[in-house]
Amino acid sequence: MARPRKAVPGVDPNLLIRDAANLLPAQSRRLFMRGIVSVGALAALTGCDIIDGDTSEKALRVVSNFNDWVQARLFNPHTLAPTYSESDVTRPFPFNGFYSEDEAPVIDGDKYRLEVGGLIDNKKPWTLPDLYKLPEVSQITRLVCVEGWSVIGSWQGVRLSDFLQIVGADTRAKYVWFQCAEGYSNTIDMPTALHPQTQLTLKFDHKVLPTIYGFPVRIRIPTKLGFKNPKYVTAMWVQNNDAGGYWENQGYNWFSGL
Amino acid sequence: MTVEAATDLPIAAARATPKAPIIHPAWVRVTHWINALAMLMMIGSGWQIYDASPLFGFTFPMQIALGNWLAGALLWHFAAMWLLVINGIIYISLGILTGRFRRKLFPIRPREVVRDMVAALGGKLSHDDLSVYNAVQKLLYAGVILSGFVIVLSGLSIWKPVQFWWLTDFFGGYNTARYVHFAAMTAIVTFLAVHVLLTLIVPKSLRAMIFGR
Repeated sequence: MARPRKAVPGVDPNLLIRDAANLLPAQSRRLFMRGIVSVGALAALTGCDIIDGDTSEKALRVVSNFNDWVQARLFNPHTLAPTYSESDVTRPFPFNGFYSEDEAPVIDGDKYRLEVGGLIDNKKPWTLPDLYKLPEVSQITRLVCVEGWSVIGSWQGVRLSDFLQIVGADTRAKYVWFQCAEGYSNTIDMPTALHPQTQLTLKFDHKVLPTIYGFPVRIRIPTKLGFKNPKYVTAMWVQNNDAGGYWENQGYNWFSGL
Repeated sequence: MTVEAATDLPIAAARATPKAPIIHPAWVRVTHWINALAMLMMIGSGWQIYDASPLFGFTFPMQIALGNWLAGALLWHFAAMWLLVINGIIYISLGILTGRFRRKLFPIRPREVVRDMVAALGGKLSHDDLSVYNAVQKLLYAGVILSGFVIVLSGLSIWKPVQFWWLTDFFGGYNTARYVHFAAMTAIVTFLAVHVLLTLIVPKSLRAMIFGR
């Protein structure tokens, strides 16, 4: 049953709920071709794929991998995401996840430790007070969801490239992998991790991140789609192998750059 | 070689038989049908993507949308875009270089458009010579090519609103660009409906697009 929600300017709460349901993988999600037989000309020209949905999915994933390569080349490390003013911030800012708002993980800030591992020198886990002491940067940028809608938020935290330097990460490594409290995970490319606007976010709207926005740590990447911005981050690994991610493994494009 | 000598040979005789002139050269036919396939894939998957976050108070039925769910539709959309764009570049380039666009589509005179529109609606428009486009056809073909530019560029601005922020700004920002992309799709689908309907009314135009004459 849907609970009453506060209205979000530009975002219909009922649509948001339905969107979340849409984003959930359908039972037959592997058969991408199902339900399109009515597209007659297409059906005729891709006949064998209709019979074998896995073949078309494999072909589509090959193109998706090619698109990762293209996007990595389109990515300019010096191009900044457009920034906005305080008055542009979407208030209240919506919650979005693969679970409902009341299922968002509640983390005990006193017991919390951010684990860091892989190709880094200092693997000492970080407490929240230690993270709060790091130099703070702020950004008001647009978060674009893979579904198409977008919202403008205000995030504060540590520049991820600064943090990687502090822990002595080998930035020649290819990937940074994030693990989250609710089982979510994400791998991003190193050039994006080093982008000046990529942020290890500790606050939203100048206040400690509320639970629904990812307390205690979110990774904010304004150059990538929303689902590449993990919340409730508990571990960060610098590595050379792609560990995939929750949505990426189900067929969403890996790079998902903006 | 004299005409008399040539007619002595059966093959040459066959060559000399007057044949209908080619209306659509091979490159037009090939790019037309590749484009038709690419457009169906882009429109079908685009509808599925739209359904994940509708701009208006309706969604497209699953049965006519491609990809089964959002991730599948996105895979289709960002695969078919290569077919659409590469084929489109070839078509536009050849259209300009061969002079076909200049000869067939221009000039478009408003007075002729009105005249031919009135004639078309009265069922009095001649389709005897398929190689010459009437003014309404010229306007529709030029219009759908323009819509093609708008849909590709607005799509690029939604796909890469950070890298191509200037393009996104040109379309009035991210949210407005989504409406522009949708409007261009609507224009193309409307064209398609008229295009297919007229093909049914004048079936020899379909034959010409398949066999060239």
